Amino acid sequence: MKLKNVISHSFWICWKDLVEFSRSKMRVIMLVLMPLFMMSMVGFIFPSNNTISNQPVAIANMDTGYEVHNPVNNTSTHIYMSQTLISQIEYVNNQTGMMKLSSAKDFEEIKARIQNSELSAGIIIPENFSTNLMQGKQGYVQIVTDQSNPQLSATMQILLDKTINAIGTQVAMYNLNKTYNISFNYTIAYVKPYNVEYRGIVEGNTNYFQFVAPGIIALTLMMSVMTGLPHAISYERDVGTLDGMLIAPISRLSIILGKVLAQTIRGLIQAAIIFALAVFLFGVTIQGNILLAIALILLTVYSFVGLGILITSFSDREETATMVMMTLMFPMMFLSGVFFPIQQMPDYMQVVAKFLPLTYATTALRKVMVLGADVSAIWFELTVLLAFGTVLLAIAVPVFKKAMTR
Amino acid sequence: MNEIEVRNLTKKFNGFTAVDHISFDVKKGAIFGLLGPNGAGKSTTMRMLCTLTKPTEGSAKVAGYDIVSEDAKVRDHIGLVAEKLIMYNELTAWENLKLYGKLYNLPDDKLEKRVDKLLKYVRMEKWKNARVGTFSTGMKQKINVIRAMIHEPEILFLDEPTLGLDPQSTVEIRELIRRINLELGTTMILTTHIMVEADMLCNRIGIIDKGRIVALDTSPNLKKLVSGGVQTMEFEIPNLSSEMLSEIKGMSSVVSVVQEKDTHLKVRTRGENTFDALLEVIRKHGGKIRTVRNLEPTLEDVFIHLTGREMREETASKNSAGRRHRRFMSGRVR
Repeated sequence: MKLKNVISHSFWICWKDLVEFSRSKMRVIMLVLMPLFMMSMVGFIFPSNNTISNQPVAIANMDTGYEVHNPVNNTSTHIYMSQTLISQIEYVNNQTGMMKLSSAKDFEEIKARIQNSELSAGIIIPENFSTNLMQGKQGYVQIVTDQSNPQLSATMQILLDKTINAIGTQVAMYNLNKTYNISFNYTIAYVKPYNVEYRGIVEGNTNYFQFVAPGIIALTLMMSVMTGLPHAISYERDVGTLDGMLIAPISRLSIILGKVLAQTIRGLIQAAIIFALAVFLFGVTIQGNILLAIALILLTVYSFVGLGILITSFSDREETATMVMMTLMFPMMFLSGVFFPIQQMPDYMQVVAKFLPLTYATTALRKVMVLGADVSAIWFELTVLLAFGTVLLAIAVPVFKKAMTR
Repeated sequence: MNEIEVRNLTKKFNGFTAVDHISFDVKKGAIFGLLGPNGAGKSTTMRMLCTLTKPTEGSAKVAGYDIVSEDAKVRDHIGLVAEKLIMYNELTAWENLKLYGKLYNLPDDKLEKRVDKLLKYVRMEKWKNARVGTFSTGMKQKINVIRAMIHEPEILFLDEPTLGLDPQSTVEIRELIRRINLELGTTMILTTHIMVEADMLCNRIGIIDKGRIVALDTSPNLKKLVSGGVQTMEFEIPNLSSEMLSEIKGMSSVVSVVQEKDTHLKVRTRGENTFDALLEVIRKHGGKIRTVRNLEPTLEDVFIHLTGREMREETASKNSAGRRHRRFMSGRVR
């Protein structure tokens, strides 16, 4: 009977919250716009490779070449491996249009031009580039970048990796020629000294949205319980309506439950919107089991409810609640691998990430949605989320009850 | 029978004593007034009695139940009209009332009947499905009061129920409070800083200052505290003469005479039938009386008498100018 009352009361509180919410047009519009903005925003501010175009880049070729002595006619010729590199860069660039290439004299010139904002980056091919390569040493190339643009330097690195890889082929050809005296022209096929190939583990092309969509779903759910809940309760406390519930002969539990329910429904609506946007607008392909994804989404909510209730209990006013939420939310947002893979972060930050439940929610959701994983692959994440939620709830509920009768 | 019994109730916040060992009883069906300036501890006392905050010391029984150990049972029997409105602007009057009906476990059929009856009671039937946000402050407060009555509580707590209302709504709400008390026999505790309100509505008044009850009695008895049985009358006599004045001063029933301007006399008298005797003396000297006023002491005088301070000064320091003005206005409505 008592449980029936708790459920009935929380249902009506949830009903009240949702009716109130649906009557505010602005809030309903925001409910839809927020995920849309978030999705398109992250797509543009965290650029993938193809978003870089026409960056002015200068090449300073200081290569002096490799001298080859021909004992037959006692002459010597120079081989310029740097030419191969440059033509490879040009070739790749013609296809991608990433750079606008020009040439420069040396490092000093590149530096000056970057400082004048004429260049985004420079590539310096050192004097001994050919010599090193031909003698079987590693040929290296210096990339000078505008430090305010780290994304470009990452892209340049990928690009140069590819071209140096291609040069490996040239070296192979030259060595064959030298060893067996076979002319370049007669060579039909050759084996490269090394070869790199990328292959995804699921069908279809992956893009950044594929990576970021599960993260944003987890983030949105976290926000709706962690910020929505303290906000809803401390707002009602500030305007005085909470007293109406506290004075009624209902369990304090009904109040939290009703509020959590309302926030969860709002969170789920947003998650569904993100889901739909990801699939229909941003071409994300969903691999995993939808039911498992939904279960995971609910577990995510569960794991954050306790934290939300705790913040509510400690915040005497709405303003305090907002400040506490923001302080907790930002590290979670950026350290939990929602926008960047955790593996990209320095080691100590990766340790921090391990203590944030959002990390597990994001990882698990990504595994299920993008990689099509089943329960066996995410049992660890599931356990962590369940434990985190349970422990925090066990702490939060008594604290909340006490805080309500100060 | 006492519906509310308060014994040495005390509330401290971080060393500051908001309510300091107060004790009082409220009889069933009575309206008890807690009168005092802002910050005197009225609201804190109310919140303790409503189980919204726990007392630091002392105890109280509401409807026969202890407010700390039996708080859940207390909640079954009380309704609250707080200083801030307990209702949601985005919801209609019906939805607001329905929510609270549901929280008090009213079944659907009973709930609808009850809501209709209550809306009729405050003559707001036609506003049933309109959003509360579109209502005037006075209309909102009416809904707020019937919201507190949705489960027919034996005891109703009213914390500054006319705060911020326009003069007309103030009259209406006071009328509503009196009607509920008379027709339904609801016991009430009302806090106010408006003297007239306490005087009009309350059977008994506790004057509270700095967390203590400094006086507790009926309104006439409290006024006697100030006057000590002395009555003050003000006469306006255009042809006031010095002979007339000296004879009045010489009367045995007259305590003191103060002449204000050339034509005004403030006469303080003691005893029965002093007014007749005064009239005779004035007539004998051919005096014409243009106006006469009986200056009864107000609860304001009682407060000054007891604390040595005025109440409005205290009020002024805590509120914005607009709100103060409205309070002042509502305080003057008779």
